[in-house]
Amino acid sequence: MTGTETAQLLTIRGLTKAYPGVVANSDVSFSVAPGEVHALLGENGAGKSTLVKAIYGLVRPDSGEMRMRGEPYAPTEPRAARAAGVAMVFQHFSLFEALNVAENVALGMEHPPRQRELAAKIRAVSEAYGLPLDPSRLVGDLSAGERQRVEIIRCLLQDPKLLIMDEPTSVLTPQEVEILFATLRQLSAEGTAILYISHKLEEIRSLCDSATILRRGKVVATCTPREVSARDLAEMMVGTALTPPARAPRTDWAGAPALEVTGLSVASPMPFGTSLKGIGFTVARGEVLGIAGVAGNGQDELLLALSGELKSAPGMVRAAGVDLGDKGPNDRRRAGFVVAPEERLGHAAAPGMSLVENALLSGWVRMGLVRRGFIDWAATRHFAEGVVKEYDVRTPGTHVAARALSGGNLQKFVIGRELSQEPAVIVINQPTWGVDASAAASIRQVILDRAAAGAAVVVISQDLDELMEIADRFAALNEGRLSAPRPVQGLTMEQVGLMMGGAHGMHVPEAGAADVLHAEAADAEA
Amino acid sequence: MLKLERRPAPSRLWTAATPVLAVIATMIAGGLLFAALGKAPVEAIRTIFWDPLFGEFASYSRPQLLVKAGPLILIAIGLSLGFKAQVWNIGAEGQYMMGALFGAATGLAFYPTDSVLLFPAMVVMGAFGGFLWAMIPAVLKLRFGTSEILVSLMLVYVAQHIMSAASFGMLRNPEGMGFPGSRNFQHYPAAFNSELIAGTGMHWGGVAALGAVVAAYVLLTRHILGFHIRVAGEAPRAARFAGVSPVLLTSICLGTSGALAGLAGLFEVTGPAGQITTDFASGYGFTAIIVAFLGRLHPVGILLAGLLMALTYIGGELAQLTLNLPSAAVQAFQGMLLFFLLAFDVLANFRIRLVGSKSVKGAGA
Repeated sequence: MTGTETAQLLTIRGLTKAYPGVVANSDVSFSVAPGEVHALLGENGAGKSTLVKAIYGLVRPDSGEMRMRGEPYAPTEPRAARAAGVAMVFQHFSLFEALNVAENVALGMEHPPRQRELAAKIRAVSEAYGLPLDPSRLVGDLSAGERQRVEIIRCLLQDPKLLIMDEPTSVLTPQEVEILFATLRQLSAEGTAILYISHKLEEIRSLCDSATILRRGKVVATCTPREVSARDLAEMMVGTALTPPARAPRTDWAGAPALEVTGLSVASPMPFGTSLKGIGFTVARGEVLGIAGVAGNGQDELLLALSGELKSAPGMVRAAGVDLGDKGPNDRRRAGFVVAPEERLGHAAAPGMSLVENALLSGWVRMGLVRRGFIDWAATRHFAEGVVKEYDVRTPGTHVAARALSGGNLQKFVIGRELSQEPAVIVINQPTWGVDASAAASIRQVILDRAAAGAAVVVISQDLDELMEIADRFAALNEGRLSAPRPVQGLTMEQVGLMMGGAHGMHVPEAGAADVLHAEAADAEA
Repeated sequence: MLKLERRPAPSRLWTAATPVLAVIATMIAGGLLFAALGKAPVEAIRTIFWDPLFGEFASYSRPQLLVKAGPLILIAIGLSLGFKAQVWNIGAEGQYMMGALFGAATGLAFYPTDSVLLFPAMVVMGAFGGFLWAMIPAVLKLRFGTSEILVSLMLVYVAQHIMSAASFGMLRNPEGMGFPGSRNFQHYPAAFNSELIAGTGMHWGGVAALGAVVAAYVLLTRHILGFHIRVAGEAPRAARFAGVSPVLLTSICLGTSGALAGLAGLFEVTGPAGQITTDFASGYGFTAIIVAFLGRLHPVGILLAGLLMALTYIGGELAQLTLNLPSAAVQAFQGMLLFFLLAFDVLANFRIRLVGSKSVKGAGA
């Protein structure tokens, strides 16, 4: 053991974890010092999540060693990790919507204090760190940003030495991100190390002291993010130089708007879902409308209402002047209106069915694959093969089950299936979610190509950079309402954040919070 | 340690092999069961599986094979459509009885006509009776979100009581000297479902069963409705995305399975059973569930499974007669078959791997 190692809070050497068919982590080594904000940067599937799950005791590594303050550290379960001072805020929250904030926090504790004491503690910590939260509110009524605060406060009550944050900003508005960063900087100044997982480069450059970059399970670089450009970081992460999508010059197409949505209001079919309230927008031919918003503000409902799975009143949705408001998915397809949902497996595609069958799923109406109720399998196979070829879907053949494809390849297939139907209107939810950078770039390119060919495109996404890159106009969903669309040209991040709902009345934390927290922790131990 | 690992795609080999494995495992476990009852296991198995086809009294029992397999296949084909779409009709037994009642009542209402239109009318009414009985759980499910499993199952017992009431009351044979039970269709030629080829056991029910097998095969492999049934079972949200209406699909699945069960009941009451009696129900509706799964919800598989199940019925009866096996032992034997089938089914979607402790070396250091 060397002197530098004892100075480190957490040291990882040669950590390897393999799953059947994929090596998630291969010989990964890095270390985190107390108070350091350390970034783990990598694309989806680079092995970041597996790595932190090993640190949090959720995954047992195949080989390698971890040391905490120089001592061997091999947590077999999260409880052991928490006892060693490791806390984690997950990307997907594990909260009970029907319980209130304090009850949710109590559920994660080994020896929860009485509700009243706990509520007081939650209030104290939340004020100290500028994360206002009412302990008696029902979690089901909270926004995504507020739910994240519940998770963070749950961690802070343990007085952690190492806080792991897995893609924390994917559910936040830009204003909320700023406030989260202020909280994290405060924690870091008090000596808490933070392991920050992200693929968002600018965030890492503004927040992190050092970065470990993972690609296909291996550490490919370590750097100080402030000293390199975002472009360099991206190339280290992806491994190749990226070319931004090319845009054809905009053509002005004559005629009525291709898609008109007026006063679209529907109740959410899901419990704790967000109902749509008076949504209105138009999209012209050749135009891309980007719809942003924090997850859970009505994106899923909007997609269902546009696809026809959720029927609305007549007149609310029109494509090329044809009223589709109360029409189902297949009538809309007939009118040239196609949709690609966010969830690839289970919604856009049936996991256990072959690509041929999945091509039939939404393609039969427009591609004429069914005659008098009988399926033309030869034509369907031909269609599926065409999609695979044209959209560069990597697969051994069209006979394989959808679930056997990687996320990026299945996404290319799903989007290719919709785009190759010569649609007049295209709606896509989260086109590049969970897709590697090169697949994402090619998906964005085909969307722009379709728009250039005269289709009206609506892209719903939580990735602001993506929307800024491909959209002509921009609008945001906030609690089921859509802001008025504005041209992307000249739009600042500040304005975007306000359209997404601002920061829900939060304020930046003040000094002296550490004393409160440590006093609380001391109370809890006593 | 054994570990189950999900296959990327269901294994075709195992999908085909599991029914065979299940039958073999049932023979072994059944043999043990019979041995525990103090019977010679090999002889018992041979009595059930061999003697009905090639034994001493085979000329009597062989035609019974088609008589028993017909209703099983007919009902199981209907059930399999629903099961594929995750619509669980457990009450085919009730629909079977209601089909028999509707059809028989139609025939008896026109007694003693000799119109050639009578039998077709009874067939239609039989199917309608089963359809109607199956639409009760369908409507309740779609309107109030009730479980079709419970409602259809409980309606079996309601149907049982209506059956009893009919054989004591409305449909009782006026010349039956007060005994419960309707007129016997054997003495009513216009309404009798006679054997089509003497000595084979083939009656109109068997023809209908074969027709259902072919129709279901074409529906599932060639028709968009069959495709939608499969998608709905595989991924309900993808089915809605494909424009499938859950209301329509649930109604079609329950209605079709009810109508086919009703048909089976009609052919049974007008043929082998001969009359409406209090003990008309014979468990075909429940056994057909086993047949549907044993046949992998595939029409051809169901055809084979129906024949096999009919064999265990006849063989079981034979074993009761010649070996004094209790009838419960034969039912347990049939239950085992379903149990083993579902257990082996895991192998189609998962593979078993041996996981040694060596793979975690170093992690605990």
